[in-house]
Amino acid sequence: MSMPSAPAPTELEPSRGSQAAGAALAWLRGVPVVWLVLAVLLVWLSVESSVFATPEGILAYLKRSAPIAILAIGAYFVLASGEFDLSVGSLVTVTVVVAAKLSDGDPSNTYPVIAVLFAIGIAVGLFNGFCTTILRVPSFIVTLAMLLILNGLVFLWTNGAPTGALADNFREFGRKGIEGIPWLDELPYSVIVLFVVAGFAVWLARGGFGRRVLAVGDNDRAAALSGISVTRVRIAAFVLSATSAVIAAILLGGFAGVTAQVGQGLEFQAITAAVLGGTVLGGGRGSVMGAVGGALVLQALFQLLNLYSVENAVEQTVTGLLIIGAVSLAAFRTRSG
Amino acid sequence: MNPPEDKPATPTAEPRTRSPLLVMRGIAKEFYGVRVLKGVDLECEAGEVHAIVGENGAGKSTLMKILAGAYTPTEGEVLIDGEPVRCTHPLDGQQAGVSIIYQEFNLLPDRTVAENIYLGREPRRGILVDRHKMEDDAAALLDQLSPDDPISPREMVGTLAVSKQQTVEIAKALSVDSKIVVMDEPTAALAAHEVERLFAQIRRLKERGIAVLYISHRLKEIFEIAERITVLKDGEKVATVNTGDVTAPQLVRMMVGRELDQYFPERAKPEAIGDVRLRLKGCGNDFLAGIDLEVRAGEILGIAGLQGSGRTELARAIFGDDPFTTGTFELDGKERHIHSPGQAVAAGIGFVTEDRKAEGLALSQSVRDNVALAWRGLRRAVRREHKLRTADLVKAVELRYRNLGQEVRFLSGGNQQKVVLAKWLATEPRLLIFDEPTRGIDVGAKAGIHDLIRGLANEGVAVVLISSELPEVIGMSDRIVVMRQGEIAGEVGPGASEAEIMFLATGERDIAADAASPAAPEEGA
Amino acid sequence: MSRVADRPRVQVNTGSARNFVADSLAAITRTTSGPVYLVLVGVFFACLIAVAIHGGEFLTGEAIKEMLVRSVALGIVAVGMTLVILGASLDLSVAYVVSLASIIAAEVMDDATGNILIGIVAVIGFGALVGLVNGLVITKLRVNPFIATLGVALIIRGIIESRYQGTVTGVPEGFQKLGYDDLGPIPLSVVLLFAVVALGWFILRYTRFGNRLYAVGGNEEVAKLSGVRTHRVLIGAHVLCAMAAALTGLFLASRLGAGSPTVGPEGGYDLEAIAAVVLGGTYLLGGRGGVLGTIAGVLILAMLDHTFNELEVNAFAKDVARGLIIIAAVAAYSIRWRRRKRAEAVADGPGDSGTGGTLQPQEAGAG
Repeated sequence: MSMPSAPAPTELEPSRGSQAAGAALAWLRGVPVVWLVLAVLLVWLSVESSVFATPEGILAYLKRSAPIAILAIGAYFVLASGEFDLSVGSLVTVTVVVAAKLSDGDPSNTYPVIAVLFAIGIAVGLFNGFCTTILRVPSFIVTLAMLLILNGLVFLWTNGAPTGALADNFREFGRKGIEGIPWLDELPYSVIVLFVVAGFAVWLARGGFGRRVLAVGDNDRAAALSGISVTRVRIAAFVLSATSAVIAAILLGGFAGVTAQVGQGLEFQAITAAVLGGTVLGGGRGSVMGAVGGALVLQALFQLLNLYSVENAVEQTVTGLLIIGAVSLAAFRTRSG
Repeated sequence: MNPPEDKPATPTAEPRTRSPLLVMRGIAKEFYGVRVLKGVDLECEAGEVHAIVGENGAGKSTLMKILAGAYTPTEGEVLIDGEPVRCTHPLDGQQAGVSIIYQEFNLLPDRTVAENIYLGREPRRGILVDRHKMEDDAAALLDQLSPDDPISPREMVGTLAVSKQQTVEIAKALSVDSKIVVMDEPTAALAAHEVERLFAQIRRLKERGIAVLYISHRLKEIFEIAERITVLKDGEKVATVNTGDVTAPQLVRMMVGRELDQYFPERAKPEAIGDVRLRLKGCGNDFLAGIDLEVRAGEILGIAGLQGSGRTELARAIFGDDPFTTGTFELDGKERHIHSPGQAVAAGIGFVTEDRKAEGLALSQSVRDNVALAWRGLRRAVRREHKLRTADLVKAVELRYRNLGQEVRFLSGGNQQKVVLAKWLATEPRLLIFDEPTRGIDVGAKAGIHDLIRGLANEGVAVVLISSELPEVIGMSDRIVVMRQGEIAGEVGPGASEAEIMFLATGERDIAADAASPAAPEEGA
Repeated sequence: MSRVADRPRVQVNTGSARNFVADSLAAITRTTSGPVYLVLVGVFFACLIAVAIHGGEFLTGEAIKEMLVRSVALGIVAVGMTLVILGASLDLSVAYVVSLASIIAAEVMDDATGNILIGIVAVIGFGALVGLVNGLVITKLRVNPFIATLGVALIIRGIIESRYQGTVTGVPEGFQKLGYDDLGPIPLSVVLLFAVVALGWFILRYTRFGNRLYAVGGNEEVAKLSGVRTHRVLIGAHVLCAMAAALTGLFLASRLGAGSPTVGPEGGYDLEAIAAVVLGGTYLLGGRGGVLGTIAGVLILAMLDHTFNELEVNAFAKDVARGLIIIAAVAAYSIRWRRRKRAEAVADGPGDSGTGGTLQPQEAGAG
C-alpha cells in the first residue's frame, strides 16, 4: 500500500488521521507476531476475568509462566544451534524426585541438594552434547533415549513412587516471594528468577557466544571453516538447556508438588513456545525474548481455556495443533520470504 | 623450443548429412545477468562421437545441461531428429531421447544394479513388480555393453568399482532408448584400463546409432575416440574440427590464448617480497602427494590446474580442514601441526572458500555477524589486541549494503564475497588462501576484489590464489604452481602463457614436444 | 560366477512357485541386515547363560511362547515404522494411535460379536486417516516429520484424555480369542505377526511403491529425476505405518479384553519401535534396511525383556538399558556409515572445483 508519489493538484493532502494510521500499521508490521498475539490474549483475559487485570493477577500469571518460560529459553539455545532437546521434561521430573528424596524434608539439606541437582543437570547436558557431536547420533534420538534413561533411572531409584519430601525452604522458591513491597502483596521468587535468567540469557545471546550459536545453526560448515568449534558451541547449548530444566524444576517442585508426572510433556511446550517466538527449527534464527513471549502466550491460552472450563486434556490437543501450525507457518514464510 | 608452425587456417568440419540427429542453434544462457553462453551452434550425427573441449568456465557443462533439460536456454533452439525440443525438466530431456551421465553418478548405492536401472519404470506383472524380468532385461543391457566383464544385475551398486557404476549409468541410458548420450568428464576417476573399457562401450553405442557427446579435457583420449571436436572458449564456439585434421597443440591454442584486455593490478616488485611464510615439504594426505611448496610474505602464489587436480584439497589441507598426514609444515620458520580450522585461524591463516554460500557465510545472519564470524572464534587475548571495527572493514572492501543489520542473503554475489573478505581481514591473517574468489561475480566487482587482494599482498600478507580463470591467475600471480592429479606438475614464472600452463595441467607437454613433425597424434601412454 | 553370456536367456515365469521360493530365499540371505542376525545369536546365548546362572526359564516352550507373544505388539508397529524410516521420515504418533485404536475397537464392537468386522474396519480406517494426516502435514505443509508426528500425537492424546479415564469395555468374547487362541502349537497372535512381517517384506520387494520408497529415502533427488512421485510414496508409507499401529491396538484390545487409554505410551511403542528398527540395521536416514532386520531387533529386545524379568531386575532398569542400547546402536551404525563415505570419497579422488552431477542451483558456475 503506497502513498501517491505526488498528489495531483486537485487532490487533497491525505488527512493527518490516515497518515497516523499508516505509520501505526507500518510499526505494527515490524513487531514480531508473538507479541501481537500475546497482547490480544491478555486483553481477552482481562475482559473475561476481573481478577486478571490486577497486580496480583498479573503476578500470579507470571509466576505460573516462569517455569515454562525458563525452559523455553533453554530450548531456544539448543534449537538455534540446530539441534533438539527432548529430555528436558524428564529431567524436570528427575530433578524434583531426586530433590525430594535427598532433602527428606530437612531444610538444612536444601542448598547442598540444589548443588547436586545442578551437577546432575550439567552431566545430562554434557552427555547429550557429547553423543550428538562426537558420536554423531542425531540429537532427537539422543535426547529421546535420554528421556527413556532418565525416566528409568528415577523410578529405579524410587521404585515407582517418589519418596521423601521437599523442605519448606526449598518449596519457597516456587511458592513465596519477597514481601512488603508497596502495592503488591509479595513479589514471587519465581518472577525474580525468571527476570534474572532472562536477563542473563539475553546478555549471552547478544554476545559472542549467542552469535556463534546462531552461526552454527545457520551453517555449521561455514562456522567450522571460520574457525569456530561447532562441538563446543553445541555442547554448551545442551548444558544450558539442561540447566534451565533444573531451575524450572526447582520452581515447579515448589508450587506443583512432587509427582511422577511433573515434567511430562514440558519439552514440547518448551519447543512450541520457542517456535511461536520466532525460533526456527533447524537453527539460525530466533530470540530469547521471543521464546519468553511464546511461553507467555501458551500460559495465557491455557488460562483462557481454564476460564471456559475446558478440560486439561484439551491442553494437549491445543499444544499439538499449535506446534504444527507454528512450524508450518514458519516454513511457509521462510520459503516465500 | 619454438612452437611448431600452425597450419594456415584451422579447418572447420563440414556437416556430413543434410539432417543430423542433433542440432543446437544459437544457444545462449544467462545467469543473474552474467552471459555464460553466447550463441553456440552444435551439430551431431547419429552414431557419432563428438567431443567438446574448453577450459574450466568455457561453458561446456552448461551447454550440455541445456541439452539434457537441466537448464532452459535464454535464447536458441534445440532440434532432435529435425523436431524442435523444449525442455523444462530433466525428465523432458529424457523423453526427448537425451541422457546425461554426470561425474557424480545419479545412482542409489544401497540398491541393486537392476533396481537402479529401472527405477521409476519397474516392469510389472499384474500389479506386482516382475523382478525376474527386471533382472533379465538389465542383464541383457549389461551384456551388450560389457560382455567380457560381466556385471550381475543383483549386485549392490555401492559395492561396484567406479568404472562399473559408469556402465550401470550407460545401461540406464540404453534402457530409456536414448538417442543421445552425454558424458561429462567420464574418465576423471578412471584408471587406464578402465578408460579402454569405457571406449569399448562407447563403440557399442555407436554401432547402435547413438550419438555420444563427450566432454573432456583429456586430449589424448579425445583423439582416440572422437570423430569431431567442438572447442568452446568464454561461452562461444571457436570451431568444430574433424579429429584427423588437427593436432593437440592446435587444440590447446584454440582453447586458450586471448587478448589480455583485462587489466590487473601491478605485480609485486622483487624487493617487496619478503621471507618465506609457509613452507611445505613432502606433504601429502589421502588426496595429495609429494607437495613441496613455499609462499613468501608479500607475494601472490597462483595455483592453476584442471578440475580434479587437487587444488582445493591443497587449500583445505593447509587450512586444517582435511589436514596433511605426512611431511613438514612450517609457518614463519617454525614447524606447526594444523589439524583443525580453529588452529589455522589462531595461527593466522585464512581461507576464502570456493562456495561462499555453502561454506563462507551464514546467510540468515546480518552483515555485522558475518564479518565477525571468524574474529569471534579467536582467543579472548587476541580479540582484545585487535578490536573488531566492522565499519572500517566494510569500508575497506567497498561493500555496498543498506545497513549492517541486513541479512547477508540479500546482497549481490560480489558483495557477499566482499563480506567474506571482510570476515578474514578482521582476523589480520598472515596467510590468506583464495579459492575461485571471483567466480560468479560481474566484471566490475571482480576488479575491486583483485585490487583488494593485491593490496593485502602489498601489506605483507602471503597470498595463495586458486583460480580456473587463466587470465586471472596469470594476471594476478607473482609465481604460478600448476597441479595435476594431486601432485605439483610444475612451476612457471609471472607472465607465463596460458598454453604453457595448460600443457602442464593436462600433461600434454609430450605431445607439444612431438609436434615438431606434424604427423598424426601419438597413441598410447 | 557364471558368465552372463553363458546364462541361458530363458524368461523365467514368476508364477512358478519353486523359482519364487528359491529367489526369495536367495534374497533373504543377501539381506543387508546380516550383522543383526549375528547380534541376535550373540544376545541369545548371553541371555541363555545369564538366565541359567540365575535360575529361570529361557528355553522352555512356555518361555519361548511368552517371548514371541511379547514381540507381537511391538513387532507389528515396528514393521510399519520400518517403512517410514526407510523413507527418511519418522512417526512418533504411533503410541497414541495404538491407545485410541484399542478404544475405538471396544466402542464400535460394543460387546456384539456381529460388530467385530465393522470394528476392525473402523480401527484400520482410523489408522489410515492418521497416517494420511501425518503424511500431508509433512509433505504439503513442509513440517519436519518429527514435529509433525509429535503434534499429531499430542492432538490424539488430548482426544483420549478428555473422553476416557479408565479402560473401555466392549470387546466381545469372540474377539478376545485372537489374543489367546493357538493355531496348532503356535499362538494365533504370532501367526498374525509373521503375516504382517511377510506382507511388509513382500510390499518392499515386489511392489513399485516399495521399490520407490527406498529411492525416496536414499536420495530424493535421484528419485525425482527418475520420475518418482516422492510425496505420494511418503504419504503411503505414513498411512501404512499408522495402520500397523492401529492393528496393534486391535491386538491389544483383544488381549486386554478392553480398550485402554494408556496402553500405547505405557508400552513405549514409539521409542521401542524405533529402537527395533535401528537395531535391525535400517539406516535412520533412509534408503537402506528392511523388515527382516527389524524383526531381529524386536526379538533381541524381547529376549532382553524376558531375561530382565527372569533376573528380577527392576522394570525401570529396562528403560535405562533400552535408552543406552539405542544410542549405542545408532552411534555404531553412524560410525560405520561415515567410514564408508570417507573411503568412497578417497577412492573417487580429488573433487576440486566441480559442479558435480545432480541438479545444481542455477548459478553462474564453471562450464
